Amino acid sequence: MIARLRQSLPAYLFLLPWLIGVLGLTIGPMLLSLYYSFTDYALLNTPEWTGLHNYTALFQDSRYLHSLRVTFIYVGVSVPLEMTFALAVAVLLNRGLKGLAVYRALYYVPSLLGGSVAIALLWQQIFGSDGLLNQFLGLFGIQGHGWISEPGTALWTLIVLRVWQFGAPMVIFLAGLRQIPDDVLEAAEVDGAGRWQRFWRVTLPLLSPVVFFNLVLQIIGAFQAFTPAFVISGGKGGPSDSTLFYTLYLYQQAFGNFRMGYAAAMAWVLLLIIAVFTGLNFVLGRTWVFYGDEGVRR
Amino acid sequence: MRRVLAHVGLSAGALIMLYPLLWMLTASLRPNTEIFSHPGLIPEHPTLGNYALGWSSTGTNFGVYIMNSLIICAAVVIGNVLTCSLTAYAFARMTFVGRKTLFGLMLATIMLPGHVTLIAQYSIFRKLDWIDTFWPMIVPSFLATDAFFVFLMVQFIRSIPVELDDAARIDGCGYWGIYRRIILPLLSPALVTTAIFSFIWTWNNFFSQLIYLSTRTKLTVPVALRGFLDATGSSEWGALFAMSVITLVPVVVVFVVFQRRILAGMAHTGLK
Repeated sequence: MIARLRQSLPAYLFLLPWLIGVLGLTIGPMLLSLYYSFTDYALLNTPEWTGLHNYTALFQDSRYLHSLRVTFIYVGVSVPLEMTFALAVAVLLNRGLKGLAVYRALYYVPSLLGGSVAIALLWQQIFGSDGLLNQFLGLFGIQGHGWISEPGTALWTLIVLRVWQFGAPMVIFLAGLRQIPDDVLEAAEVDGAGRWQRFWRVTLPLLSPVVFFNLVLQIIGAFQAFTPAFVISGGKGGPSDSTLFYTLYLYQQAFGNFRMGYAAAMAWVLLLIIAVFTGLNFVLGRTWVFYGDEGVRR
Repeated sequence: MRRVLAHVGLSAGALIMLYPLLWMLTASLRPNTEIFSHPGLIPEHPTLGNYALGWSSTGTNFGVYIMNSLIICAAVVIGNVLTCSLTAYAFARMTFVGRKTLFGLMLATIMLPGHVTLIAQYSIFRKLDWIDTFWPMIVPSFLATDAFFVFLMVQFIRSIPVELDDAARIDGCGYWGIYRRIILPLLSPALVTTAIFSFIWTWNNFFSQLIYLSTRTKLTVPVALRGFLDATGSSEWGALFAMSVITLVPVVVVFVVFQRRILAGMAHTGLK
């Protein structure tokens, strides 16, 4: 055993930065924030143990429950739309058209810039009451609407912003489509399968691991969205809390009200939600993800 | 015929997607009164005045923010390339007690939402007196905390033939020599990908820069841009767009230069 540990020593030297990082910046802080979540902690005081109080308070906090609802709508609507666009455009691009590289690059640009503050500010203008969208609608004589200033539509402008960034999953779909061997599709064609049948019966099953991968990543990412809601609503989540994302409310509690314990509890519930969704994905995935063919490697 | 239709459709789609960006670019070149007059792209009275106005209107020269962002980005790039490659080499090529467990732990951290560690990290950094310094942004990258890059490099190193390691060992190389002379040079495509993504993500990162930085001269580009509205009131849209364009330029330039690497890097993540 001692000999084996001595043999391991060089590896641990290589791993030293990562080990310090994973202990000091991941596991340590996770445990510490778990502890904080059971305390009343305002950053300047010593944390005071309150048991489950933060957690029970969460589920009596109507703004918290509201932020949960907003986030679920955001994830539930934007992720399927984004995935559908990504897949549709990827399939269109994958038919040996000239200029594929150019289209791929152009469609990817929004994904690259979309998370930035500049784009959130741009969005604020586009969907403002005298913004770009209303100018367009005005050309057709349609009366505009304060898309961002009305609680009924504000969240939808953020959903549009996310869907606009379908280029990232699209690039991954394209790479997946390229791995599907032509002869499988040709064989299906010889057997008399039409375009749609080939898509549903051959392409989609062979692509399902990539669909699955994208779905898991997009859901995890969407739950953590922050910048657009923060910037567009001036940090408030308005109008009338209609864009109060989970992470935005967490930020408000932690760095606005200095309720660090409460925010830590929120973070742990978020981890649980994401874990449940990811777990559910994996369980449900068994029914539709197909790993059978050599053409798609995982 | 079908092909032509496909091209028309795809081009129209691309135009709709990129229209907001093009519009912002041209809006930054218009006088304020003209921005809201019509949705077209051609400025009637083009001017660079917005850029001059925006550059200094927060009281601090915008160049200061750009410099701050560049310092943080450069440090993060160096940190990630260095420590992630060390970690990846150990996981891909060395045998040691607890290898499987630690590798699993590393993979698990990829999916971990940052919010779970946020509050505790903040209080730790506060005790270290690092609030309102660049350290909270820089130090984690020197501790290989971005496991995604480690994973990317592990996959890449596994595709390098082990025979090369063996040959180097016969020539008298130890682990460090193999890492330094064999792995690192051959790993360079993955290192470049890591460097590019580190730069773009750090440049665009808003959240940690928002919570950790407060002194005006220490602000980075995203935080300064967001503060721009408060400083000028929302009347200066032209100047705001001008500064927005400036903050997007580095990312666009990196994309244009490294386009193939970026798209291949993206595609790679999904398939291995």
